[in-house]
Amino acid sequence: MNSSTTTTPDSKLGGGPPKKSRFGRDVDILSLLLEGRAFIALIVLVIIFALLSDSFLNFANLVTMTKHVAYNAILALGMLFVILKGGIDLSVGSTVGLSGVVAGTLLQGWQLNLFDIVLYPQVWVVVIASLGVGTLVGFVNGVLVTRFNVAPFIATLGMLYIARGAALLISSGTTYPRLGGSEELGNQGFLLIGGGRILGIPTAIWIMVVFAIVAAFVLKKTPFGRWVYAAGGNERAAALSGVPVQKVKLRVYMISGFCAATTGLIISSELTSAAPQLGETFELNAIAAVVIGGAALTGGRGNVRGVLIGAFVIGFLSDGLVLLGVSTFWQITIKGAVIILAVMLDQAQQRVKRSKNAALAAANKQSADDPAPIPG
Amino acid sequence: MSTVAGTERDSVVMSARGITKIYGPTRALNEVDFDVRRGAVTVLFGENGAGKSTLMKILSGVETPTSGVLELDGEQLELTGTVDASERGIAIIHQELSLCPNLTITDNIFMGRELVRGGIVVDDRAEAARSRELMERLAEDLDPKTLVGDLRLGQQQVVEIARALAGEARVLIMDEPTSALSGNEVEVLFSLIRELTAAGVAIVYISHHLEEALEIADHAVVFRDGALVATGERDEIDIDWVISHMVGRAADDLVPDLLDTFGEVALSLRGVTIADPSNPARLAVNGFDLDVREGEIVCLYGLMGAGRTELLESLAGRVPLQQGSVEIHGHTLAGESVAERISMGLALVPEDRQRDGLVQTMSVGENSSLASLLKYVRGLWIGKRAERDAVEQEIADVRVKTSSADASITSLSGGNQQKVVIGKVLLTKPRVILLDEPSRGIDVGAKAEIFGLMAREARRGLAVLFATSEVSEALTVSNRIVVMSKGRIVRVLESASATREDLMVASGEATEDELSRSEDE
Repeated sequence: MNSSTTTTPDSKLGGGPPKKSRFGRDVDILSLLLEGRAFIALIVLVIIFALLSDSFLNFANLVTMTKHVAYNAILALGMLFVILKGGIDLSVGSTVGLSGVVAGTLLQGWQLNLFDIVLYPQVWVVVIASLGVGTLVGFVNGVLVTRFNVAPFIATLGMLYIARGAALLISSGTTYPRLGGSEELGNQGFLLIGGGRILGIPTAIWIMVVFAIVAAFVLKKTPFGRWVYAAGGNERAAALSGVPVQKVKLRVYMISGFCAATTGLIISSELTSAAPQLGETFELNAIAAVVIGGAALTGGRGNVRGVLIGAFVIGFLSDGLVLLGVSTFWQITIKGAVIILAVMLDQAQQRVKRSKNAALAAANKQSADDPAPIPG
Repeated sequence: MSTVAGTERDSVVMSARGITKIYGPTRALNEVDFDVRRGAVTVLFGENGAGKSTLMKILSGVETPTSGVLELDGEQLELTGTVDASERGIAIIHQELSLCPNLTITDNIFMGRELVRGGIVVDDRAEAARSRELMERLAEDLDPKTLVGDLRLGQQQVVEIARALAGEARVLIMDEPTSALSGNEVEVLFSLIRELTAAGVAIVYISHHLEEALEIADHAVVFRDGALVATGERDEIDIDWVISHMVGRAADDLVPDLLDTFGEVALSLRGVTIADPSNPARLAVNGFDLDVREGEIVCLYGLMGAGRTELLESLAGRVPLQQGSVEIHGHTLAGESVAERISMGLALVPEDRQRDGLVQTMSVGENSSLASLLKYVRGLWIGKRAERDAVEQEIADVRVKTSSADASITSLSGGNQQKVVIGKVLLTKPRVILLDEPSRGIDVGAKAEIFGLMAREARRGLAVLFATSEVSEALTVSNRIVVMSKGRIVRVLESASATREDLMVASGEATEDELSRSEDE
């Protein structure tokens, strides 16, 4: 057994290999660096941009950048659930557009030709309807994946087109301007979702914070969260342990659709208009944030903290480069390189972890060679 | 078909001299001398773990021996891998078919050694002609353009053999080739083997079905505990000879304390019939009746493909019953989900720990609590202390050796991982526990612990039903042995009075008929 390991009170559970002390001499610098790589990258980014641009660390600029981060982060939080389960959701960008259009069409007046009347629902009804439509898109994704065994990539690719098509059909391809509503109709207030501020901070950021806290709570503390990890890590074993795998799958797509619809509402409100093209390629940024945050596309590994850091890395990188006046073409190229680098580092970390676990298993086996007396 | 001159037949084409193979602390093979003869079928007998498979892996280049040499045509030989072996004319047909169902017969036959023209283009015409020739030789009326996925299992086996022959195999190793075949298909295979031997091919044949294997054998060797213990020619071998050499090992010393009086009937099966999930036309389990009482350990003994795994997985709720009824403590099951069955007290420790038992991305603790998670829910969330207390108590109870409950499950040895799976099942407070090959892939020490655990739980009043293909386990850690063959109960034996011979005969490794025949002689 490794003689450099230190003993901790944890070894009370039998003669297994002692746990490595977090504060002992043998803290492995390499694996620590690898583990915190996304966070380190974020700090490095902030330092570089702060040095190169005077206005980067300016409070107003930070708030604006964080607001941009929030759009992607909310999408990415939904995507995290799907990816943890081992799936993928390509339809979120289109869902952003669709939910905006649904809000737009309701706020501008919903024409019921049959009765020859125009309905002007209140804002809370509009919000619920939009979120409902987004969740419905997720539900359809989930049903395709669970009931009809369509591969998640294909099912959500199909829904990417269908949701976008629906947005274009509903809006006839035009943008809904002026979503402010009017006083006499009583449907004002929509603009507060994305444009409003609480304690001087844009509502979008507050929504991101709330979503992140709820997502972290659900994943960490509830049986559903544990089931997502289990079903993503090994679906067969989870199913044999009584985990309702199909239900879990269906729910993660609904969560992703709900988050996408939320983003659609925030952005439409911020822009005070709803365009059917809104959200194109957003799905790619969301996947990138999840992956940079250390989640495995095969499922079972990833967390909310990582996703937030990933979203900040992507957001600060884009906005920082804009601030420095770097050309858009370079921005795109650099973003791609960052994603690949993140995944390569993730592979390195996994390799380190695997070899460490294999060594532990060998040591564990050795100590098990001396069998304990049969219990009972 | 060409025939080989009598002088050449029976000459040694390949031999192993003083082969020893050591894996960690275990000696899988010990100083084995083994000859393969031209134009003859050499059959290997032996229990699981006796060393047959290890030797075949060495002969086919999958493994290299720790010491000893291989000779081919009298020349010393060092195989660098399976490709090297097949280039030298040594081919192996594995127990599980290794064909691509999405490709045609021709594509499969030439997989990895395609005939190419000009170094670039696959020579379809030459390949097709060659495979047609092979199919003719194997007396199989199949279009080489047929997809392998469209073939019956027996026909797929023929393709596998054609693949071996396409490489001009001179030595053909068959590991349990009949386990997936019907009676008719076995006959076809045997006539094929006879043709091949007539053409001078040397065949090494492994099977657990003693009857079948004896029918085809020209020579036989018997392995026991990594050593070759007997060699015999066709006219001196019979069932008695084989069994007496296969057995003859002192009983293992893992005998745990078992109860001899039992409680109520906990699990009751009547007429249980299950279709084979991979081939719905076949019945994996056929009209199965069984009662297991509280405190009783019942062993399901049978060969691979006897239907043990299908039965246990169906009881756990993964595969539906086709017919029949299952009762747990008098309550009849009717299509309950896995979770519902677990809450009714019926839980399974699956056969394949890595594939079905563990979530590799989770910690020891998370794996332990996975099946019983809802018990620790307080309001909306999982009560952290409730979960941790239960997990830590269980880890200590089943004696998992781990640094902490937070350690990664992959940092444990196989035996300890298996204890985690059992702990997970025990945390659901089951009343009936099913274990499928609980000792698979773990070392002797851990095996004893696991059977100790099983016996302890039985003493606490659990009904235990476990499946094994190891005779010594069946005899020492159960109250009753139910012998399964081809989906049916063929015999029920009291463990205390049963012998190894009884089990082997009953499971179809030998038939009673044969045993009495050999006694008469």
